[in-house]
Formats: sequence, structure tokens, C-alpha cells
Amino acid sequence: MPAVSKGDGMRGLAVFISDIRNCKSKEAEIKRINKELANIRSKFKGDKALDGYSKKKYVCKLLFIFLLGHDIDFGHMEAVNLLSSNKYTEKQIGYLFISVLVNSNSDLISLINNAIKNDLSSRNPTFMNLALHCIANVGSREMAEAFAAEVPCILVAGDTMDSVKQSAALCLLRLNRTSPDLVAMGEWTTRVVHLLNDQHLGVVTAATSLITTLAQKSPEDFKTSVSLAVARLSRIVSSASTDLQDYTYYFVAAPWLSVKLLRLLQCYPPPEDGAIRGRLTECLETILNKAQEPPKSKKVQHSNAKNAVLFEAISLIIHHDSEPTLLVRACNQLGQFLQHRETNLRYLALESMCTLASSEFSHEAVKTHIETVINALKSERDVSVRQRAVDLLYAMCDRSNAKQIVAEMLSYLETADYSIREEIVLKVAILAEKYAVDYTWYVDTILNLIRFAGDYVSDEVWYRVIQIVINRDEVQGYAAKTVFEALQAPACHENLVKVGGYILGEFGNLIAGDSRSSPLIQFDLLHSKFHLCSVPTRALLLSAYIKFINLFPEVKGTIQEVLRSDSQLRNADVELQQRAVEYLRLSCIASTDILATVLEEMPPFPERESSILAKLKRKKGPGNLHPDLDENRKERSVNGGTADHSSTTSNAKVAASPTPSTDLLGLGSTITTQNSAPRASKGASLLVDVFSGNIAAFPVETPVSVGPVADENFSSFLPNTPQVAYANATLPTAEEPEDKFVCKNNGVLYENQLLQIGLKSEFRQNLGRMYVFFGNKTSTQFMNFAASVVCQDTLQAQLNVHAKPADPTVDGGAQLQQILNIECVSDFVDAPVLNIQFRYGGTLQNIAVKLPITLNKFFQPTEMTSQDFFQRWKQLGAPQQEVQTIFKARHSMDTEVTKAKIMGFGAALLDGVDPNPSNFVGAGVIHTKTTQVGCLLRLEPNTQAQMYRLTLRTSRDTVSQRLCDLLSEQF
Amino acid sequence: MQFMLLFSRQGKLRLQKWYVPLSDKERKKISRDLVQTILARKPKMCSFLEWRDLKIVYKRYASLYFCCAVEDQDNELITLEIIHRYVELLDKYFGSVCELDIIFNFEKAYFILDEFLLGGEAQETSKKNVLKAIEQADLLQEDAKEAEAPRSVLEEIGLT
Repeated sequence: MPAVSKGDGMRGLAVFISDIRNCKSKEAEIKRINKELANIRSKFKGDKALDGYSKKKYVCKLLFIFLLGHDIDFGHMEAVNLLSSNKYTEKQIGYLFISVLVNSNSDLISLINNAIKNDLSSRNPTFMNLALHCIANVGSREMAEAFAAEVPCILVAGDTMDSVKQSAALCLLRLNRTSPDLVAMGEWTTRVVHLLNDQHLGVVTAATSLITTLAQKSPEDFKTSVSLAVARLSRIVSSASTDLQDYTYYFVAAPWLSVKLLRLLQCYPPPEDGAIRGRLTECLETILNKAQEPPKSKKVQHSNAKNAVLFEAISLIIHHDSEPTLLVRACNQLGQFLQHRETNLRYLALESMCTLASSEFSHEAVKTHIETVINALKSERDVSVRQRAVDLLYAMCDRSNAKQIVAEMLSYLETADYSIREEIVLKVAILAEKYAVDYTWYVDTILNLIRFAGDYVSDEVWYRVIQIVINRDEVQGYAAKTVFEALQAPACHENLVKVGGYILGEFGNLIAGDSRSSPLIQFDLLHSKFHLCSVPTRALLLSAYIKFINLFPEVKGTIQEVLRSDSQLRNADVELQQRAVEYLRLSCIASTDILATVLEEMPPFPERESSILAKLKRKKGPGNLHPDLDENRKERSVNGGTADHSSTTSNAKVAASPTPSTDLLGLGSTITTQNSAPRASKGASLLVDVFSGNIAAFPVETPVSVGPVADENFSSFLPNTPQVAYANATLPTAEEPEDKFVCKNNGVLYENQLLQIGLKSEFRQNLGRMYVFFGNKTSTQFMNFAASVVCQDTLQAQLNVHAKPADPTVDGGAQLQQILNIECVSDFVDAPVLNIQFRYGGTLQNIAVKLPITLNKFFQPTEMTSQDFFQRWKQLGAPQQEVQTIFKARHSMDTEVTKAKIMGFGAALLDGVDPNPSNFVGAGVIHTKTTQVGCLLRLEPNTQAQMYRLTLRTSRDTVSQRLCDLLSEQF
Repeated sequence: MQFMLLFSRQGKLRLQKWYVPLSDKERKKISRDLVQTILARKPKMCSFLEWRDLKIVYKRYASLYFCCAVEDQDNELITLEIIHRYVELLDKYFGSVCELDIIFNFEKAYFILDEFLLGGEAQETSKKNVLKAIEQADLLQEDAKEAEAPRSVLEEIGLT
């Protein structure tokens, strides 16, 4: 039985704890606990009223049981009773129980708040502190509602005791963190700032934390704190180590307060007032000077406290980024720490230098430490320190040292810890691309990445190398030669097979002249890996083979033989089987010309920001809220890459490749998003249908554009589809076409028995481009074909639509493409009309269709944190800015579908923002030529009532209204 | 600071203080993950590590690990000294504190922590002032004890 050293021993509790400790097994412990719980329950329920002491003892036992990790579902009422005890010791236990357990039981909140209120007004500082601690510990919204107004009053009241002020300051800080909207700024703020001058350093410490938090929220209100903070800091820094008595910690004057003051100053730019600025610079210099003085104590606490202040000072110097001498001094100081014997200091120096590297004043100074950092990478024994070294190398990299840094990181990769390999791979890939002077180096680097750490090379990385090789002629031959050589290795990583398959399929001809890499050798090499690979890679290889048939007619027979084998044609995997069947058929029936067109070399990819960067950013914040969402988006951009491009060029030849090429990159179809899978295979099946039909009557342009827009609806474009399928002149459509296209950009707009109109569109900021495909479903030519776009009335000023002229004839079974360029000038409601006129068999046909160009197309999604969201939400609180509607669900209320619709609508879907996980929250910006309108939306489904409530808040009432109308039609 | 955990070398949690709202389930998962991560580290390793999007600062005192999670901009070294100051406070209060003191007087360990840190920030860094506050409270308890006997009868009536 251990000695209970102080205070009031609760013998029963001590006995119980001993019993638990003596339990030999988990089962015995649970048994003992259950026995105790039964006992307490019967005591609480018993007829005999318990005295305060027993109640306290039992509540304390319950708390102990809870802290052991067991659930507690009673006792809350007894704890609340204790709050109103006038015995301190009982009250204290009551508060502790509430602080730890209250979240789970909120029915009692009004009772608790009542007790707190009584204690706050008791004028007994000890009771007041207990109450304030409780508010700070619980920090719930209910408490904020009840006390956010009262706590500031206590804080600034003249007669409040120091210790109560301290509690009140931090209590308010907590409330502001959890419910910033409830803490209203007011007259008290100026008085809080003056607490920085308080004589009691404890009060100053607590107040500084509070002011820092508040200043982040509304910097203007607390601007005056800068001069006071500088003055205070200056007094601390220049004081002798004994001046501050108990606030001196191991010979360092008030380290906590100093750190907090320096932190507060980081909420602001450098002071404008010269005198204040000078005084601050002096402080920072003094702190840097002190670092060079011999230590006043050998204790680690002394050096930690001193260096804590130093590091915070350096953070401030970096934050200001305006004093070159200070920046360079900071850098030199960190340089010394890089070689310090304390691991902690080396770690922090590496971390801090990372930010220093991004300042133009100190970037060069940081670079001088490259050897030390590389050495750290090799010799540090702690992986977290090595990780920092990798970060710093990445941060200090520029054109001058890229080769060295990339080489060092590559060689480290071979022995690197598994936990950080993927990140290193991403970093190397980014640096290699960013600083590549000649792309052969880039290709070598990426292949080395695959060689050393193939498992950690994510899809983004190998997609990217292919994009770059395709876009740069000068490196294609080299890439083909290099992958060919790399593939010779007896064991090579599957990612290498993917890159190799893709590149040889595209550029194998560039090395085919060499007898050592003749077409057959290339094919045999690739095919020797085939059986070791996963399905997606095999699918890619099959596409490479069909490309080979085009590049090298001499191996056609061999490849057809492979495609024809049972293991391909009857493969259990539907994707592989389909590819084998289709490619074989294609190679048999299509003429060389058609093959050459369909299997044309890939067109260059549109230049875009590397998706690897995005991936790295995500990796840096694994606590990040929506990896899945980003994942989808990314996959889509990669998959969509080819399709997008092919449609932007009107050149039929270029557009010819999309089907196979979408598959090449669109391996994703089998492994990534579910949506893309059916689409890709649909595309492939189309291809076959197209060529099994009468090719002669089918000019090349026609199938071609079908590829990229392959959508379930588009199969009816095909000329061999029986005409009888179309009974009516106009197909009955359930929805207005406009509504159908609100959340998507592609599909069939209109169809009658003569004509089908397909759309594919893309929008960026306030601009858009729409590809309109006119499919002639008959076998007769359309004459005098003309299509024009009309913007009526007010729309004329709000939206510009420019239609490029198109051919006046559309052959039977053929398709005509017209491009519309769209510019959104200001927000609008109406839709432009597409007028089509043509002569068919002697009669003039007139068709008018509304074009689905809606305001939401000019959305750019915006990611934001929960805090930002609610702040903006609040800012958009004016009545005319908000539009809300409640409506009945017309489709099944499926979460995934709803998510997809909101994203399709154009807003970023923000996970983890709404406290209720079944609600959806989105954000984005509507771009028009004249203005940008920030939009926030919230959709609250009620599955029981089959209803939704949709709320839109934007800075423009017309936009709120229009978006609300559009979106509410979608569910 | 987002939370503070005290746990033994065997991985048993001895104290947990959360300064951010988290569900019970999340708390349990975080504690489990973190305890595992830290116990797996070797003694000479550095006291800081990145964990999810937080910075973890920890230090071992005898059989107990003290571990704090702070945010990105927070100062690691000063957090390390927050841990040390808390240990000093416990030590002074209990007189060479050991793990058992914290187990058997866990409520005291919480009270001392509340006097020192509130809402995740240092409230009072002076050792004297914190101990004074705790001792005053203990004094109140003793007063209450003395007064307990004659009053309990009255209270019982009041309660029934």
C-alpha cells in the first residue's frame, strides 16, 4: 500500500486502485471493475442518501475506471451534485469528472452551466478558478454560448485577482478556438492588450497567448499590441538573469513569455515605426549574441530554454524576411547547430533552415551548408532527423546544385527507411523535372528511381515521365534506347515494364535500325515480362503490341499469333480479353492507312502543373481531410489528359489515337475510379463496331471524334445502328437538357431520327470551349448545313459565344464538329440557343436547342479548412447573400452520387467541415470577366423525410439565387 | 498544445489531457498509435517527431514517458521544458515523485496540470505560484475535513 502523501486520502479509492493493480489478468481486472460498478450503482440508487464524502469517493472511482479505458454511463448526475457542494474538495472532484467526461452526456449541460455561473459570481477566487478551468477544459459550444460574454468581463475587471485573470485569459482563448464566432470583439479588447504591461508576469504570459490567438483572427483590433510586446520583450532580454525571480528558469529570463511575445510579433509585419523597429532589431541581436556566450549552466534545461527563445527569434526574423544581416546571422547560427552534439538541436536546425532556404536573402547562405546536410543524410542515426535533412536538401535545391542533390538523394534512396521512401521518390522526381537542363538526365533519373525504389514510385511519377518524353522530340530516341537497355535486366520492376511498354510502343521505331534492338527483339523483350505482370500492365502491353503492328509490319504475324492464343482471347479478365479480341480484329481488317491513323503517335500533352507536386503536398499533410477526393480528381486529370487534348485539335489524324491511347494511360480504368471503367471499355468496343461496319462509307473523321467523347449515349452515332430504332422525330427526354448538363460536360444534347447532337465542353475560369458534334444518322448527305448561336436580350451583354464556321455539308453516317468559344462577362440566367438549319432530301430542316451553358460552369473549386469556411460563411451573412431552399428528393439519396454531383457542379467538396457528417459542404469561385464571386454551399439531406435543404451564400444575390436554382434541380 | 499523454514503459496510460475536441474513439486510437510509435524509438533518438500533421515532443523520466502534441508553428524546445516544469511541480508536490504517486493520486496530477497549463497554453510558469495555489487548495480541503463531522448530519437532512 503506497503512501498517500498529501491532502485527503480517500481510503476506499486507494484500496480499489491497489486491487486493480494486483489483478493478474485483463479478465480479473474487468471482473473487479464490474463488481465495483455494481456496488457504486447500488449506492447511487439506494434509498439512503449519500453524504458528500462518499459521493466524491464514488465519483472519483468512476473517473478512475473511465481513465483506465472503460465506458462509464452513469454517475454524471452525482458529479453535477458535487459541483454545488460548498466543500472545496467535493466541488473539485465534481469539476474534474465533468471536465473529463461531460462531452458524452450533454443533457446535464444546463445544470452544469448553472453551477459554473454560481461559482463565477461567488467572488471566491478559488471557486472562480475551478469554474474557469472547467469551461476551458470542456470548451463546448454550449459553454461558449453561456459564457463567451461573461469571461471577458471577468478578465478585464479591475478587482479581479491575478490568478483569476490568468485562468480567464486562457479560458477565453479556448472558447475562441472552439467557437470563434461566439467570442465577440468589444471594448474589452483594448484593455486586454494593456495586460501586456501588467506587473504580474503570470498574467502577461497568459494574456500574450490570448492576444496571439485573437490577433490571428482580427489583426486590426490588436495592432497596438506590437509596440507593447516589443517593449516587454526588450525589458526581459536586457534583464539580469536574477531580476525576474521565479520567472527565471535555469538562468534564462522568462523563456515562456519571451517565446510567446516573439510568436505574437509573428502575427504582424515588421513594425513601421522606426523606433519600435530599432528596438526589436536590438532585441533580436541580443538574443543572437547570447547564443555565442558561454552557458551559465551545464544543465540541458538551461540550453533548451535559451535555444527555445533563439529559435523563436529566428522564426520571427524569417517571418519578417526584411533584414539581410539578421537572416544571414540566423543562418550561421543554425549552421553551428547542424554539427551540435545534441540530436534535438540538429533536428531543429535542419527544420528551421528549410524555411530560411526560401528567403532570397539567405538562400545562398543556406546552400553553403550542403555538405553538412548531405553528411547528415548519411550518418544520422535517427530517421526523423534524416527526414529533416531530405526536406532541407529539397528546399535548398536550385539549378546550380540540382545534379548533386538529386544524385545524393538517389543514392540515399537505396538504403532509406521504408517510411520515407515514397516522399523521397516524389521529391527527386520533382527536382529532376524542375531543374532538368537536358532531358536525358531526367529520363535517367526517373529510371533510376524505378530501379532503386520501384515499389515507391507512384503512378503520377511514371505518368509524368511519359508525358515529358512525348512532349519533347529530342529525348524520345534516347528514352527508347534507355528503357530498352533497362528492360534487359533479368529482374526489373513492373513500373519499368509500364514505362518501357509505353515508350517502345510509341518510339520503338527510333531504335529499330540497330540490329541489337530490332522490332522482333523489342517485342520479345517486352513479351518476356508479360506473364510476370499484373492485369493493368498486361493491358498496357497489349496496347503497345497493337502499336507495334503499326510501327513494324514485319512483326504483325508474330503479334497476331500472341493475340490469338487462348491465354489472351479467352483470358478470364474481361479487360484483357476485350483488348485481345479488338486489337486482333483491328489488325486483321483495317488497312495500313487506317491502322496508321488510328495508331498514330500520341499527340503532345497539354502543359500543366505536375500532378506529382500535388501529391507531395498531400503527403505532407497526411492528416489532411480528403485524400480520396483528391485521388479521384487526380486520376481523372491523368486519364482525361489524352482525351482532352485530342478534342482540342481539329486535326482528324491526331484525334485518331484517343481510343487506344486513352487506354494506355487509362489503365486506371481497371484499377481506379469506377466511373471510368465502363467508359473505357465502351470506347474500345466502339472502335471495333466502327471497323466492322462499312468502312468505305465512313470517313476517318467520323469514328475519330467518337473516341474521346465515348459516352454511353454515343453508341447511337454509329452508322450501322438500325434506323428503325428511332421511331419519333424527337426523343422524349425526361429532363430539360439544360438540367441534365448542369453537373456534367459531355453527352447527347439532342436527337431525332435524322440528327444527333453531342457535346463535349471544358471550362476554365471565365472561359469555355464547347465541341458540338453533329451526327448525320441517315445515309444521305445534309446540304446547306449551318449552325449558329443566339444570345437573346440581356444575355447578349452577359455572355459571348462565338461559333467557328463549319462545313456546309455533312455526309451520310458522318459527323461534323463545330467549336464554340464562350466567355462569361457577368453572371447570367438564360441559356443561349443553338439554331441549326440544313437541307435533307429537298426539305429544309430547322432545329433550335438551348445550349447547356449555365453559370456554374465557370466555377473553380476552392479547398479550405473548416475554420476558413466558417469564417467566410459568417462574412457572407447578409440576408440577400443567402438563398435557401427546401425540396423533395427526386432521385435516391445516395451519398456518393450526391458527392459526384456537387463536384460536377464545380464546387470543391469539403470533407470534415460540417459537424454533421451526413451534410455536404462545398466552396468555389465563380469567374466572370468583370468579377469573381466566392460561393459557399451546404446541402443537408434528411433521408427520413426524403427532403433536402440547400443553402447558398455568395457575395452576389443574383449568383446565390441562380446557383441555388440550378443545383436544387439535381437531386 | 493539442494534448498531453503520460504513459509507462509498458504502454499503460497514466494521464491524458486533451485540449481539442475529439471523440472517445479517436482519443483511444491516437493514444494507442502514439504510445506504440514512441516506445519503439531508441533512447538516444531526438525528442521530436512528425506525426500526422502534428509535432510530437516527448521525454522519458524514469519509468514514465511524457508526451505532448503541438501544432506546426509551436516551439519544440519550450514544449520540452513545459514537460520538465510539470515534472518539477509533481516532484515538489509529492516529494520525489514516482509513477505510483501519479497512479494513486491521479486527481492531484490533473489539478496540478490545470494550474500550470490551461487550454493548452502555459498559465503560470512560476513554480512557486503554482505550488502556492495547490497548497491553498489542500488547506481548504483540510479545513473542510475538520468541519466535516458536525456538518454531515445537516447535509444528510438537506439531501433527503
